[in-house]
Amino acid sequence: MSEHPETGRGSAKSQETAAGLAAVSAWFVREVLPLEALLMHFLHHNWHNSGDIADLRQDVYVRVYEAAQKQIPDHAKRFVLTTARNLLIDRVRREQVVPIDVVSDVDALGVAMDAPGPDHALMAREELRRLQTALDRLPPRSREAMILGHIEGLSGQQIASRMGVAEPTVSEHLANGIRALTSMLYGEAADRGRKS
Amino acid sequence: MSEVRESEVCAVTVNVEIRAAELLQRRRFWNWSEADQAELDRWLDEALAHRVAFLRLEAGLKRTERLAALRPPEPEREARARRRFVAMLAKTVAGVGVLAVLGVSAVLYLPWTRTQTYTTPVGGHEIVALADGSHIELNTDTIVHADVGADHRTASLDRGEAFFDISHDVGHPFTVAVAGHHITVLGTKFRIRSESGHVEVALLEGRVWFDAGSSPGQAALLVPGDVLVARANTISVTKEPAQDLAGSLGWRRGMLMFHDTTLMDAAAEFNRYNSRKLVIAGADTARLTIGASFPVNDVDAFTRVAREIFGLHVETRGDQIVISR
Repeated sequence: MSEHPETGRGSAKSQETAAGLAAVSAWFVREVLPLEALLMHFLHHNWHNSGDIADLRQDVYVRVYEAAQKQIPDHAKRFVLTTARNLLIDRVRREQVVPIDVVSDVDALGVAMDAPGPDHALMAREELRRLQTALDRLPPRSREAMILGHIEGLSGQQIASRMGVAEPTVSEHLANGIRALTSMLYGEAADRGRKS
Repeated sequence: MSEVRESEVCAVTVNVEIRAAELLQRRRFWNWSEADQAELDRWLDEALAHRVAFLRLEAGLKRTERLAALRPPEPEREARARRRFVAMLAKTVAGVGVLAVLGVSAVLYLPWTRTQTYTTPVGGHEIVALADGSHIELNTDTIVHADVGADHRTASLDRGEAFFDISHDVGHPFTVAVAGHHITVLGTKFRIRSESGHVEVALLEGRVWFDAGSSPGQAALLVPGDVLVARANTISVTKEPAQDLAGSLGWRRGMLMFHDTTLMDAAAEFNRYNSRKLVIAGADTARLTIGASFPVNDVDAFTRVAREIFGLHVETRGDQIVISR
């Protein structure tokens, strides 16, 4: 999509940093985000308060990204789950509560996910099904805005006049839609919401 | 104490995400100036949490767009009709939540309530999503019609090969017409290939009822692993090992898989996908067998194997590649 030019900072040092950021970001999107369903499963399974999960997920991502800036880990899955486990242990210590067995489940989960290589055509079909399901689950106004924007290819102004609502309201619908779809596409196991 | 702190932290996370989503939708759907970009860059540099939240939502948005692009292409005429419908809908249902729900579903499903035609060229490969959650995956040089509505689910395979993944619906059987035969299913996965003279149906999951059109009364119930071949006046059913079934679906991953396949048959397979046609000269050359996997469009990999492993001559003559001793 669009580039992010580093305006006004042309030194070799900052260029190096920018290149490093791009590499880490690409790695993060390619290797880490696809693990979100697994990560969410791990967090839900091992943390008592489901109200904390979004926060924990975010903290895991920040820690992983931070570490990757020094060196990109070889095994993303193991690294993400280990980071999650360490974070939960830190939280338990800090809160002085002893709620759960913050398990060494990492191994079990890690192995279970080492399935045979992905079947890309199958994944595409699954993904399409997930998009349909995810769209169906959005609040009606968000869904309408997302459909007009993504499938009809309209701009924000056009969506506003089509839906007959103010532009800031459209912005809100689109922002909510993006957040909800991202969580559904990345954060939920592939077989959720599927017809059985 | 700790309760308060935790909920504060959580609110911060949510706020970061809301801000990231706001910036992202602004960049994607509205005018985006250099000042906006500078604002975004500043915000991203402020904290790693900002960058990570933005990256995540950006990836989610890209994925949505990629999926939206995967949806079946719609004829311009219908798209226009649908836009009018949406405009009308927007006026009618403004503020009426329930109707909006129904309306948007209709917008999504409307294009598929009449017969749609899907085609792929030689070498093409397309996945079509139907309104009922079913999917049809078209292989090279294939024509499929589909008509899925509230009370009926039908499709026909006019030419080529397709993989059907039909969503389960006891009340509404899905029927596929092919070369005068009828295949009826409730929910299942199967592959159909139609060539001049014969139709092949391979079943992966569920149950399929096959009615031979040419000879009334001839019918068969297929179970997973069954491969049915219907010719002019006969139908036969054989059990196929799982490995062979998977091999015959290699095209779904863009691969041709050969096990003990004669060069003649392998060449015929390649020729389905490519405009440069392979010709195997000489009966004894054609009878040589090969076991390997190739990308469907990689004719050159095949000719390399022919030359280097089999020691054959490979000669290009116009659009033809002739392989001989």
